[in-house]
Amino acid sequence: MKKVFERPKSLTDVPFSYCPGCTHGIAHRLVAEVIDELGIQERTIGIAPVGCSVLCYDFFDVDMQEAAHGRAPAVATGIKRVHPDSIVFSYQGDGDLASIGTAEIVHAANRGEKITVIFINNAIYGMTGGQMAPTTLPGQKTTTSPYGRDTEACGYPIRISEMLSTLDGPAYIARASLHDPQNIVKAKSAIRKAFQAQVDGLGFSLVELLSTCPTNWGMTPVESLKWLEDNMIPRYPLGEYKVIEGVK
Amino acid sequence: MAQEIILAGFGGQGIMLAGKLLTYTGMLEGKNVTWLPSYGPEMRGGTANCTVIISDEEIGSPIVTNPSVALVFNNPSLEKFEPLVKTGGTLIVNTSLVTIKSKRTDINIINIPANDIAIELGEVKITNMVMMGAFVAATKAVSFEGVMDALKKTLPAHRQNLLPLNEKALKKGSELV
Amino acid sequence: MGEKILMKGAEALGEAAIKAGCRFFFGYPITPQNEVPEYMSKRLPKEGGVFLQAESEVAAINMVYGAAGAGARVMTSSSSPGISLKMEGISYIAGAKLPCVIVNIVRGGPGLGGIQPAQSDYFQATKGGGHGDYRMIVLAPSSVQEMVDLMGDAFDLADLYRMPTMILGDGMLGQMMEPVEFKERKPIALPPKDWATTGKKGRGKQNIINSLFLIAEECEEHNFELKKRYNEIEKNEVKFESYNMEDADVAIIAYGTTARIVKTAIKRAESKGMKVGLIRPITLWPFPEKVIAAAAEKVKAFLTVEMSTGQMVEDVRLAVNGQKPVYFYGRTGGMVPSPEEMVAEVEKILG
Ligand SMILES: Cc1ncc(C[n+]2csc(CCOP(=O)(O)OP(=O)(O)O)c2C)c(N)n1
Ligand code: SF4
Repeated sequence: MKKVFERPKSLTDVPFSYCPGCTHGIAHRLVAEVIDELGIQERTIGIAPVGCSVLCYDFFDVDMQEAAHGRAPAVATGIKRVHPDSIVFSYQGDGDLASIGTAEIVHAANRGEKITVIFINNAIYGMTGGQMAPTTLPGQKTTTSPYGRDTEACGYPIRISEMLSTLDGPAYIARASLHDPQNIVKAKSAIRKAFQAQVDGLGFSLVELLSTCPTNWGMTPVESLKWLEDNMIPRYPLGEYKVIEGVK
Repeated sequence: MAQEIILAGFGGQGIMLAGKLLTYTGMLEGKNVTWLPSYGPEMRGGTANCTVIISDEEIGSPIVTNPSVALVFNNPSLEKFEPLVKTGGTLIVNTSLVTIKSKRTDINIINIPANDIAIELGEVKITNMVMMGAFVAATKAVSFEGVMDALKKTLPAHRQNLLPLNEKALKKGSELV
Repeated sequence: MGEKILMKGAEALGEAAIKAGCRFFFGYPITPQNEVPEYMSKRLPKEGGVFLQAESEVAAINMVYGAAGAGARVMTSSSSPGISLKMEGISYIAGAKLPCVIVNIVRGGPGLGGIQPAQSDYFQATKGGGHGDYRMIVLAPSSVQEMVDLMGDAFDLADLYRMPTMILGDGMLGQMMEPVEFKERKPIALPPKDWATTGKKGRGKQNIINSLFLIAEECEEHNFELKKRYNEIEKNEVKFESYNMEDADVAIIAYGTTARIVKTAIKRAESKGMKVGLIRPITLWPFPEKVIAAAAEKVKAFLTVEMSTGQMVEDVRLAVNGQKPVYFYGRTGGMVPSPEEMVAEVEKILG
């Protein structure tokens, strides 16, 4: 019999700690498959954030460091400068990257730091129980925007991919979504390009993945996928935002 | 006299709510009370539990290592808390979901098919009230009327119509003790 | 008034702050204190106040700096890792002589640690976690009711002495529910905030909020002035509870959650014929050293119990000053000492 499902080598056999229907797991799998396919497992070093994926050091079977909330790009910088031949990636949520860690991500990107960032945008804080994120949609109810996000008081959702693409440092920036099989295929191809850019020494790369949080959105997994498609994609258009010459 | 109670089950079984209701009842009846939940991501999946203390005296530690009463709503909770119940204490088991049998002989074990009864009454969400009924009957830690009074005071206006159903659940639970 | 309601510690803190006149809250989510910002986000808009979720704790404490400098009653709340980030801002707030209330619902550390209750931020709170020669009033409630009562004190003390005041709780106090009563507070005479940046509005002289003193003599003078204030606080504001101390052989020193567990332990020790008392510091700074020193003349020994590997015990030793032995028992990283463990320690001490 042909095996149709096999765990990527770059994932350990520790079961994921994510809620049922959460797309963090899909993102992990895609990253691990790309690491396998590029044959870089033995020289990859990952950085875990503070967020639901805080335990991803247990899931990725590569060397891992756990960073303080939002500081993963700075930690990645330290690692990459010590081991320029290694492949360094951070995996961060939208609270981690787009709120407390905005300074670190902007400056790592601006320095053209040769690292890859996997950015999970689920429009909410998962780990701490559903508070507003900088990416929360206008009017969206969260535990700290109980009357719906009021743009007058809290501003508008941040579009990280667009923002970072204005800088000269990044080599590759793209936004993809994890809400259906076709888009997952596209997401994988973006992740592959991002890692390849680092392998080729081209510069900073980032893939923003639109992701679900059924638990804190208060929806079933299926409703969540639909909500993502209907509400997030119009706010966060998919596509490649920065592709410098040489990116394959 | 102090009753040190642990309620444990899956998240979503109304464990925390039942604990709060019990605490509130104790308060209304003039007792000292504390309610302490388990918290954090460990509550995803796994067991959710809370500790309620109802006492005539000032309450020191809000944590209880050996409860006088444990209400267990699922298997993992039975496994975790059954061994901890004080000798002479009470274990109330939701046998609709708990399949493991307790082997202890030094405690009072009360078996209640709480889910089944709740479904019979037409609303699985009142499983926790069936268990509460058993608790009240077995321990007299608070009164039946007290629980109803607390419910009346905490249910929002548009839910007051659920009072008779809750009362039935409480009664049914207490009758099985 | 006088009616008891059942509330979670973190929510009671929020309500007490609003009752104390706090209309500005700046914070960032972190477990186990999320119920404070969540409560404020619901309530403050209804009171004409402002709740703002900052992009980080660093930003939140600097929003507090600005609002306090502008003359408002303002509060922020966090838990250990977030408080570490606030330390820079707290030092600036102390340096600029600004009143504000900071809540720390302590969890296990160091680093990311865990989310269960701990008392391992005692050093950080009482010995100046930020840089410079500053102090901060630190209040340590041990019940939900006391959290409420101390919140009013915290704002008054902050305004009276123009300095940051911290309420140091822990995950257990933040998460547990107890009946509380919001008692009417007697207003105390507070100095006018004529130093606040409100716009000159015809005042003539400009107001400047600042902690920079480039001339060493002036910087020293500034520090001496702060120190004078700190001396006054040490003289006037010490708060503690003495429990069962009349004929105790062993005095347990403990604060917050640990202290209430000690009370359970004391009852059990009593039933075994041991005489044990408790001195519970309510202000951790200023530390109740006099009452501890006085107790040293009567008891046989001290036992300090903390949810840490031993922090407050250093202050206890300084207060006892070698007169009697000082023992320590601690659990840490989110573990809570049980009454049984405490009784066993007392038994060891009494041999
Ligand atoms: C300094 C500091 N502040 C706050 C926290 C609490 N905290 C943990 S995870 C998190 C946000 C997580 O949200 P996100 O990055 O969107 O990831 P998700 O959980 O949604 O995957 C916060 C605020 C912390 N650990 N450290
Ligand atoms: S809380 Fe949300 S983001 Fe976190 S694991 Fe659950 S579904 Fe995923």
